[in-house]
Amino acid sequence: MNALPEALLRHPGLWQGKARHDRHAYVSTGFTALDEQLPGNGWPRGALSECLVTRPGIGELQLLLPALVHLAGEGRWMVWIAPPYIPYAPALGAAELNLAHMLVVNTADETEALWAAEQALHGGVCSAVLLWSTVSDVRPLRRLQLAAEESRSWAVLCRSKDFSRYSSPAALRLALEVMDGRLAVQILKCRGSVPTAPVIVEV
Amino acid sequence: MEAARAYAPPSPKSDGQQGRNTRQRLWLALVFPHFPLETGCRGVAGHEPVAVVEGQGTRARILACNQAARKAGVSIGMPLSAAWAVATGLQTVSQNTAVEAAALRGIAAWAGQWSSLVSLVEDRPYGLLLEVGGSLRLFGDLEELTTRIRAGVEELGYRARLGVAPTPLAAWLLARINDRRPVRQCETLAGRLAPVPLFFLGLEKNTYKALGNMGVRSFGDCQRLSRGGAARRLGPELVHYLDRALGRAADPRPAYVTPAVFMQELELLAETSALDALRFAARRLLLELEGFLIARDGAVGNLELGLRHRRQADTCIAIRLLVPGRNARHLLALLRQRLEGIQLPAPVTGLWLRVDKVLVSAPSATDLFGSVEQREEEQQLLVECLQARLGVDAVQGLERLPGHRPERVWRYCAPGTKSPAAKSEMTAPRPLWLLACPRILQHMPRIESGPERIQSGWWDGEDIVRDYYTARTSEGVQLWVFRELRGEQRWFIHGYFA
Repeated sequence: MNALPEALLRHPGLWQGKARHDRHAYVSTGFTALDEQLPGNGWPRGALSECLVTRPGIGELQLLLPALVHLAGEGRWMVWIAPPYIPYAPALGAAELNLAHMLVVNTADETEALWAAEQALHGGVCSAVLLWSTVSDVRPLRRLQLAAEESRSWAVLCRSKDFSRYSSPAALRLALEVMDGRLAVQILKCRGSVPTAPVIVEV
Repeated sequence: MEAARAYAPPSPKSDGQQGRNTRQRLWLALVFPHFPLETGCRGVAGHEPVAVVEGQGTRARILACNQAARKAGVSIGMPLSAAWAVATGLQTVSQNTAVEAAALRGIAAWAGQWSSLVSLVEDRPYGLLLEVGGSLRLFGDLEELTTRIRAGVEELGYRARLGVAPTPLAAWLLARINDRRPVRQCETLAGRLAPVPLFFLGLEKNTYKALGNMGVRSFGDCQRLSRGGAARRLGPELVHYLDRALGRAADPRPAYVTPAVFMQELELLAETSALDALRFAARRLLLELEGFLIARDGAVGNLELGLRHRRQADTCIAIRLLVPGRNARHLLALLRQRLEGIQLPAPVTGLWLRVDKVLVSAPSATDLFGSVEQREEEQQLLVECLQARLGVDAVQGLERLPGHRPERVWRYCAPGTKSPAAKSEMTAPRPLWLLACPRILQHMPRIESGPERIQSGWWDGEDIVRDYYTARTSEGVQLWVFRELRGEQRWFIHGYFA
């Protein structure tokens, strides 16, 4: 095999199989079964992750919560952009999240939400950036992914499962659904090989 | 040798003692050799040929020009018409004493952060004299201080020559000959100043002429003249000058008093609407403001940036800060948001920055907790950025409140508000998603646990009596539902455990 051209190797979107996983570049999901299936054993930081849900409320926050709690120790902002409902402070407090680091951004439209997410990723003052969106165009998502790559933030985009048909520049794509009263997480895309069977998460 | 002895004045007896008791004075001189050029074009980043023109009409001559212009063949003293002939695209600025004086005051106000005594030198070459003997301890050492001042001045758009000596005049002369080695002791001054050419001394014309006739070419030559003879033949001027330079006579300098309000302007060489160009110019002004504020330990809550147009009224951008601040980078980031959002009616020819009210700054602790403070400021910056575009109400924090009513145990608050940890009085779990308004249940879900009766609020008329349950839909989604225990006793969904 010929070596890849230098320019191609430098491309941030290209994952090289031999590269070792940096432990600090990942944050554990808090669910052992899921961690085992993910490259780096957790959510990637400095990259965009996508959660595709059949409908909001099926358990996506339970899935994100352990990582949020883990990142809260950094004392930086945790930004909720255009959440579908109100993040309920008593429940967040009960999970030992410091509410002083929460930032809720309610936006009028998609453009504002994407802009806000990009701003939050720049400057490295956020440990987590959570965005709820219905954007389908790939270009703004690519911008988001690039912004995430330049940051150390954990960036999560939550969209409807309808978007799983479209391609996405996100480094990790998870489809969430409820199976027999439990949350089943199907890994649609990740760096490295993609497992086929969904992972059941006990939340 | 006899002459030298003759020159030496009777030294005051208490001299040595005085030196030990009082803090040693140390002056730092800043000479701006390219001042007319820099005041004209510091608002622009480019490297196009630029020249400063003195005089009008056919008498117009080149007073100064930049590297690019010189490369193109422009030289100082050249008639303007000739300069245009050799350098096409040469941009010109008319020499303007008022602009230069205002610019010098701007740097002086900025320099107040380094010294408690800043004095202006308002003659070509323009410059400043800073008494830094008292500032050394604060800023580390002399090396550190001069490096920071030099870099700071460069960021404002000026190049300066620095000289350091125990007397203002000696510091000035060292800066003129670009001698970067500082002189700390008066005793070594005579030797170090010896090579200074005579015409740097700034004496009367007649004195120059007489000295020239005597074959005196430098400061060192002057020192070799006999004191009495020099005074007799040339008048007291030269003797007094040498005494001041060498620290044998007092040389008080008037301190520049900064005005209470900040107002600085910047001309752009050519009209522009380019955001980058405007930001570049605005940065220069904001840096000046930052120094001005540090000098008086102040901060701003409101500032106004004006964009000048050729034939229209200025575009004014008012910026309000959540927390009074002075960090130029912070202010620039806010300004950038605003600039991106406005529609310019015409290209911009110049900028001005105005602050009418300087607030007292919260005590800063840059030395002790610099990193924490800086991080908090950066955190704050994100909030201000988002609020500048989305509106203040769109960006909020979360806070817990004591009580029982689910709608009232939390509220939106200013981002970063540290709420006193409202101790958990919950017995049953709470959902992560709360609906802004409870929704009437269409299909009855399967109840999993409950009820938890919440009955509260009789005192303010918004009392509730509800039984809360956790439930699960047929799909398996976990809900937080309640049943009103009054009226129609309807079922509502109030949250998702998500």
